[in-house]
Amino acid sequence: MHTVSPRTSAAARRTIVSVRQLTKTFTTRDGGGLPVLEGINLDVQPGEIVALLGKSGSGKSTMLRCIAGLVLPSSGTVTYRGKPLHGINPGVSLVFQTFALLPWLTVQQNVELGLEAQGIPPDERAQRALEAIDLIGLDGFESAFPKELSGGMRQRVGFARALVVEPDLLLMDEPFSALDVLTAENLRTELLELWQAGEFPAQAILIVTHNIEEAVAFADRVIVLGTNPGRIRAELTCDLERPRDRREEHFSSLVDEIYGIMTDRHTAAAPAEDHEDGGGAQHVVLPHASVDGIAGLAELTLAGGEEDVDLASLAAVVGFAIDDLFPIVDALTILGFATVTSGRLHLTETGERFAGADIQRSKEIFREAALQRVPLVRRIRRTLEHSSDGALREGFFIDLLASHHSRDEAQAQLDTAIDWGRYAELFEYDAGRGEISLHVHTEEPVTR
Amino acid sequence: MDFAVLVAVLVLLYAVLRVGHGATASFSPAALQHVSTSPSRLSYDAARSLLRMFIALFFSTVFTLVYGYAAARGRRAEKVLVPILDILQSVPVLGFLTITVTAFIALAPGTELGLEAASIFAIFTAQAWNMTFSFYVSLKSMPRELDELSRSLRLTRWQRFWKIEVPNGTIGLVWNGMLSFGGAWFFLVASEAISLHNHTYSLPGIGSFAGAAVAKGDLGAIGLAIATMIVMVIGVNVVFWRPLIAWSERFRYETTEAADTQRSLVLELLARSSWPRVLGRLRARLAEPLGRAMRILGRDDTPPVAVAARQRAGDIAFAVITGVLVAYGAYETLRFIVTSPGAGLGQIPHCFVLGAATFSRVVVLLVFATLVWVPVGVWIGMNPRVARLAQPVVQVLASFPANFLFPLAALAFIALEVPIDVGGILLMALGAQWYILFNVIAGASAIPSDLREAMSVLGVRGVQRWKRLIVPGILTSYVTGGITAAGGAWNASIVAEVVTYHHTTLTATGLGAYIVAASNAGNKARLICGVAVMAVFVVTVNRLFWRRLYRLAETRYSL
Repeated sequence: MHTVSPRTSAAARRTIVSVRQLTKTFTTRDGGGLPVLEGINLDVQPGEIVALLGKSGSGKSTMLRCIAGLVLPSSGTVTYRGKPLHGINPGVSLVFQTFALLPWLTVQQNVELGLEAQGIPPDERAQRALEAIDLIGLDGFESAFPKELSGGMRQRVGFARALVVEPDLLLMDEPFSALDVLTAENLRTELLELWQAGEFPAQAILIVTHNIEEAVAFADRVIVLGTNPGRIRAELTCDLERPRDRREEHFSSLVDEIYGIMTDRHTAAAPAEDHEDGGGAQHVVLPHASVDGIAGLAELTLAGGEEDVDLASLAAVVGFAIDDLFPIVDALTILGFATVTSGRLHLTETGERFAGADIQRSKEIFREAALQRVPLVRRIRRTLEHSSDGALREGFFIDLLASHHSRDEAQAQLDTAIDWGRYAELFEYDAGRGEISLHVHTEEPVTR
Repeated sequence: MDFAVLVAVLVLLYAVLRVGHGATASFSPAALQHVSTSPSRLSYDAARSLLRMFIALFFSTVFTLVYGYAAARGRRAEKVLVPILDILQSVPVLGFLTITVTAFIALAPGTELGLEAASIFAIFTAQAWNMTFSFYVSLKSMPRELDELSRSLRLTRWQRFWKIEVPNGTIGLVWNGMLSFGGAWFFLVASEAISLHNHTYSLPGIGSFAGAAVAKGDLGAIGLAIATMIVMVIGVNVVFWRPLIAWSERFRYETTEAADTQRSLVLELLARSSWPRVLGRLRARLAEPLGRAMRILGRDDTPPVAVAARQRAGDIAFAVITGVLVAYGAYETLRFIVTSPGAGLGQIPHCFVLGAATFSRVVVLLVFATLVWVPVGVWIGMNPRVARLAQPVVQVLASFPANFLFPLAALAFIALEVPIDVGGILLMALGAQWYILFNVIAGASAIPSDLREAMSVLGVRGVQRWKRLIVPGILTSYVTGGITAAGGAWNASIVAEVVTYHHTTLTATGLGAYIVAASNAGNKARLICGVAVMAVFVVTVNRLFWRRLYRLAETRYSL
């Protein structure tokens, strides 16, 4: 239903950046490959804003870095103006999520950095930097140090630094996610105003975000990336008129549509049923959701009293960015407590029992669900039962997981499994010794 | 692995020793009767000493930038340079000095320049390793986005180094510089008088002044030297290090502000003058053409593309060549020890026995220092007002060269008939104990006040409070202090086990005394043997005890 429209050869010549069959595989510790991106095709044309949308772990930042030339693709090509990339892309500049300003340089010195690297003489450097500072609304802050600025002002410096070199393509890596809601909104609006006024020093923008509304507000095209590995799941055209109004019906229907795409069952983590035998334990990716979050969302849904709830409006009610709900929603689905269809969450019968029960009872329900439906938890429990003293080093499981995950992700997976397993009283964990063991209370009752 | 590197370092020293053929040199402030102790010379001597310290600091900084960069950037270089640094950092430098110094004297035999270079090198060895390690760590742990920023802006290598890498490491560099500078006073005092061929040469300086005063038994001059020393230590702190530390705060790369801001009155005065602007303009004028010239070094835009097979072959060749060189050197060193007159294989177990004696002194020292200073440090640390006053005082005490006081202590030992085997512990403690106090104060004042309030509300006090709150809270800092104190004590053993006052020399049984005797007698084989065994002791205890304790503290008890 969502396809990339074929482009004419004339357009292809004007194409700024073109990505063909890009695959990125990170090497795990035991030499195996961990695919992060697979078979990506993408073109960025002059005059357009493209948004790359995806959950965390979808490889969207990696893709941005491949385009910037910071990360080498494992296979496939990135071309800039028809020339394949070797090293850093000369036609792009990058805006960072964390600003990445040098605190020991003033605003102006920060902005001049890229010009200095190009060997531009001091006078011209200063003039161009001041123009960029002026354009981005930083007038009067030239001699300030980043430390003296608020978050919004700091990111303005980030923009000025990226734009002063007049790149063909401006790459933005979640540029607003470190800012508070109001500041982010203001900065977004100003940037779009510049874009529309035709004063923008770049010909195209590629923005990476996990915020659906931001993507719809910004982009001419939204590209949705799936997880594990990241593939392009859908591409949508946003031809709304600018400035865009969030209350407009077309806007919210687009948001809902994307929301549906991102939460569809088949798009979430692989279903647990596919891996009934413990051998596949490593393949089901656990979302990083805490037990409290899982129980909280279930109870909230139950308290709503409705058949199902709209996740987007639920997020608004609890003051969450909808994207923060994704891991919890995934967890509910994996545990069989809920199902999601086109952005609406529906509690299953087990889920309702789980949400309604008291602490002890809901632990029991959780234990059953975790054992049945979460292969990693089940596998840990089984392995412990078969080990001679009912205890194993966590490194053992990390090594198992490491063949399918990066080192950090393996640790994160195990942490989540430990959190769930502890809550379910399936096993215990001694952080000091890094040891997982069977629940001792079941073996030697505590007498006091 | 550690011991392979240790062997490599020893081989290196052996090589240096062979280069500096001729006799060994030893530092002996005792034989300085001919040096003037007139008070009018004191200010000149003090200035010369200070100059030596700063020249050494300059070389340490240059060494740090070069060595640290090479270690962080070269993949193969890293495998060799970092372990060497690690060993040099934890080994008693004073033991090495007599070896390395000979090479310098051989460079310019008989002249003051050779002596001067030797003394500066001695101070350098006390400063450089910590600073280099801190710079190396800052390069390796640079925030990822700074690296990406540099590459995406296609900065030149020169630009990356001065605009990103050096500023990012500045805070660590300045802090470690200050601490090492404090430790280096000890070496300054020890290195201004050198005996060679049974003849003592001296450099004008506060150390030789004090040495001469001791040799003459002139208590007034000794007191004067001590007072001058105190003034220098405090003065350098106030005029140089505090402003530098306050200034370096601007290089903090983080989103949150530092807990307590560093201030310096001197810096504020300087900032108000027109100097910063003049210097800034001068720098800008110099930096522009220099930056242009250094474009030649290339850009920071080469992604790591490597031909795996060729790289692996290179790695193996590198490892084999290094291994063969070290093995050959080890064989040569061992042969030298065995065949030298007055040495032989029997020296090795003998050294281990003596090492055990010195080791027991270090242990007693640490236990006593812990029992005394941990409660005091906790008390000070938990009273912010006292801590603010006490911290700088303790810092000065820690950097005051304790070997200055050894002759006085020797006088007391002689009068009170304390055997030097026991008194040596006290001498070693004079310098080493302060590191424990200093770090415990820092640790205790870092315990969050809400934790203390919670414990008070719950009625947790006495033994339970120590067990549950205080000991876990200060453990990391205590271990840091303990490592430094132990290292300082081993170093001090070389000057503390043989003490001279006037015409009386007290000699304890221990590895330190053995090393001093060997270097006085010019017996290189024994010297190598003694230093090697001492290094083995220090490295073993560090690996088996301190490292483990530190890891436990870091993982379990970090706040």
